[in-house]
Amino acid sequence: MVAPAPTSASAATEPEISVRDLTIRYGDHVALKGATLEVHPNEIFGIIGPANSGKTSFLKVLNRMDVFNRGMSFTGDVQVGGKDVRAWRNLFALRRQIGVVFPLPVGLPLTVYDNVAFAPRLAGIRDKSTLDGIVERCLRRAALWDEVKDRLKALGSLLSGGQQQRLTIARALSQEPRVLLLDEFSIAVDPVTTMRIEDVLKELKEEMTIVLVTNLVQQARRLADRTAFFLMGECVTVAPTEELFGPHAEERARDYVEGRFG
Amino acid sequence: MFEATPRNTQDLRREKLVRLLFLMMTALLVLPVLIILTVLVVKGSPAISWEFLTGEPTNGMTAGGIFPALVGTIWLVVVALVVSLPIGVAAALYLSEYAPDNALTRAINLAIINLAGVPSIVHALFGVGAFVLFFEFGTSILAASLTLAVMSLPVVIVSTREAMQSVPKAFREACWNMGATRWQTIRQVVLPNSISGILTGVILEVSRTAGETAPIMFTGAAFFLPFLPQSVFDQTMALSLHLFVISTQVPNVPEALPFGVALVLILMVLLMNALSITFRTWLRRKKKW
Amino acid sequence: MKRSAGDDRRDRAWYVDKAVATLVFLGGISAIVFIIGIFVFISREGMGFLTDHFSFSDMFGSIRWAPTSDNNPTYGILALLAGTASVTGLAMLIAVPFSLGAAIYIAEFAKGRTRETLKILVEMLAAIPSVVWGFIGLTLMNPLIIQTFNVPLGLCVLNSGIILGLMAAPIMTTIAEDALKAVPDQYREAAEAMGATKWQVTWRVVLPAARQGLLAAVLLGVGRGFGETMAVLMASGHSINLPTSPFDSVRALTATIAAELGETAVGEPHYQVLFTLGILLFAVTFIINLTADLIVKGVRKK
Repeated sequence: MVAPAPTSASAATEPEISVRDLTIRYGDHVALKGATLEVHPNEIFGIIGPANSGKTSFLKVLNRMDVFNRGMSFTGDVQVGGKDVRAWRNLFALRRQIGVVFPLPVGLPLTVYDNVAFAPRLAGIRDKSTLDGIVERCLRRAALWDEVKDRLKALGSLLSGGQQQRLTIARALSQEPRVLLLDEFSIAVDPVTTMRIEDVLKELKEEMTIVLVTNLVQQARRLADRTAFFLMGECVTVAPTEELFGPHAEERARDYVEGRFG
Repeated sequence: MFEATPRNTQDLRREKLVRLLFLMMTALLVLPVLIILTVLVVKGSPAISWEFLTGEPTNGMTAGGIFPALVGTIWLVVVALVVSLPIGVAAALYLSEYAPDNALTRAINLAIINLAGVPSIVHALFGVGAFVLFFEFGTSILAASLTLAVMSLPVVIVSTREAMQSVPKAFREACWNMGATRWQTIRQVVLPNSISGILTGVILEVSRTAGETAPIMFTGAAFFLPFLPQSVFDQTMALSLHLFVISTQVPNVPEALPFGVALVLILMVLLMNALSITFRTWLRRKKKW
Repeated sequence: MKRSAGDDRRDRAWYVDKAVATLVFLGGISAIVFIIGIFVFISREGMGFLTDHFSFSDMFGSIRWAPTSDNNPTYGILALLAGTASVTGLAMLIAVPFSLGAAIYIAEFAKGRTRETLKILVEMLAAIPSVVWGFIGLTLMNPLIIQTFNVPLGLCVLNSGIILGLMAAPIMTTIAEDALKAVPDQYREAAEAMGATKWQVTWRVVLPAARQGLLAAVLLGVGRGFGETMAVLMASGHSINLPTSPFDSVRALTATIAAELGETAVGEPHYQVLFTLGILLFAVTFIINLTADLIVKGVRKK
């Protein structure tokens, strides 16, 4: 499946993520077949589609989390920041540049402070005042600062589900990543918080590239500049979001978006 | 299969009888602990005194204290722990964090189960063949402790591994996604939350190695020793061996003496088990997630 | 702090991670190394006997165990095998019903505090060192048996059997309890919904479902009894003969090694044959543990 020719000026620059003919397997089972797409720098790239279409597997390949899953393998060309993800010699360095937010909230069993200071410390930052600044900035952007500013020593794993999800987002932001991957981040979060995070994402795209996997079709419509539609292990189409939701969209995508299945 | 009739009195009466029967069986099983403890306390406490615990045996082992045996047991337990703890924790880490689901892992698990089931006298033979003779440590604390270490490895591995596996996988994945290495994740999340298992394993190991006799009998423990051990290459006395010899091979020993030794030994062991149980219950209350 | 794609360098953390992975792997295979090591080193010491003096019929067909005889040393272990078998057999006869009964009570009938207390008491039973058990056999059971049954000597099969039974009981109870707990609650609930009493549920539904785990528990108890040394050494007496009554003195394989090794010189036939007995013990307990593990694996797969 080939992505349509770029239509805007920004796409003329190097893509942030470039994927060509990506096929992902778990043992004999094919989760994604022959996916080809490009993500432009500083855009929000949405991915929608029903369950088991290969969306989460796709994200896993981007930061090479496939090495932690023994049965998982992939073929094809995947480039992040212009470099083949298979050519990286230090995969930990690759992952430090990519932030991930999963569907299930995960607060590490460390203090809230240490949760957010975890990634900066990995990058070698030791100075307390610098860390303090990073922690506050990231918690503010994750819309969590006000609720935890007096309890930075509380255990992250004992916060409420919605707070843990925002903590996860704060952790991802603390990496100052070039790419932020969000996998259905709003499942365990209430609508008000979801809205606040969506506002933050719109600001963040000026600093980083965002890939947003979501099962909330309207969320893609609100946030994504371009959107891909994955169906049953295939990247069916990639288009500017308005087009995907418009009358001239690819047939199966239009059916999905209009709620006829999924 | 069952009559779909409401319970009748015959069924209920049988139910009560069966319940009582099983309760009695359980009681008969656990009562011996209390009986043994009582007997040992009654017959052994006359021998217990400060001099008993800090003095040396006199009069051909028929009187005096057990200090050298106590010291020796501590030597043996500590050296065995120093050797088995790092290996045991490393093994548990491998099984919990790294091991793939393949034949080698199954073989390792099988080896652990078997190691736990090897008779203590076979461990003694191994200790003689390997540490005393082959590695030429001679009969020494070192040989005896290494034998004890191999014997108690399964205990440390199993309890540490259980604690590690109870740490949810999601925590590790969150750390890996941020670019942490496996070791960084282990050091900051897994290990701190597995200390309970490690400590339980340590206490259980100490409790077992303090009471073992056969593995140390031919590898480093001896009965009539005029000096306290100065290094790991010396032989030593030990509480368990002491009890064995004075109750089977030394004539004219006043009754309270061997009972006193047995009492000290069993109190040491039971106290440590009680410690580990209390520790486990205390930890279960301090939930971290 | 934006990092470019050029930051792909293997740093200290990368190398430390690799080093730890290696160390940890070494720790992991240590168990295999030690099991093989045990077999290798006891074989090394006992090999001389197997190559020079060993004769299957002499060893397994004769009850005459006289390795110290000057003119005609013999190594018949039939009596020793009978000693081990009789003591272990009696121990199982006593312990199996009680252990299973206790496991059933703790797993199915007891609740909350009672259950916790009972489990702790069983753990305490397991913690008693074998030399203390032997001591009890020597000082408590001995006179008790002499008085109750009016026999001249209380160090016999019965004495060892009871002690060994109490020693093997905790592991059997624990494993049996695990096997019973592993039976899914749905089985119990379905039976109770049909009007069965707790005992009927246990007897007709839970026990059959836990069959294999219970068998494994018994096997592990047998292994424990088979391999026990000090308690049997101190409580079963010293005669090497085939027992004809539970009041006979016997000598077990394990006790023989413990009693005689100190009297031998390194390398002489008596020394080597004791190591050969060790190989035999190792092999038997290995097979018992392997079987029990295979049975349990079969249970878990369901």
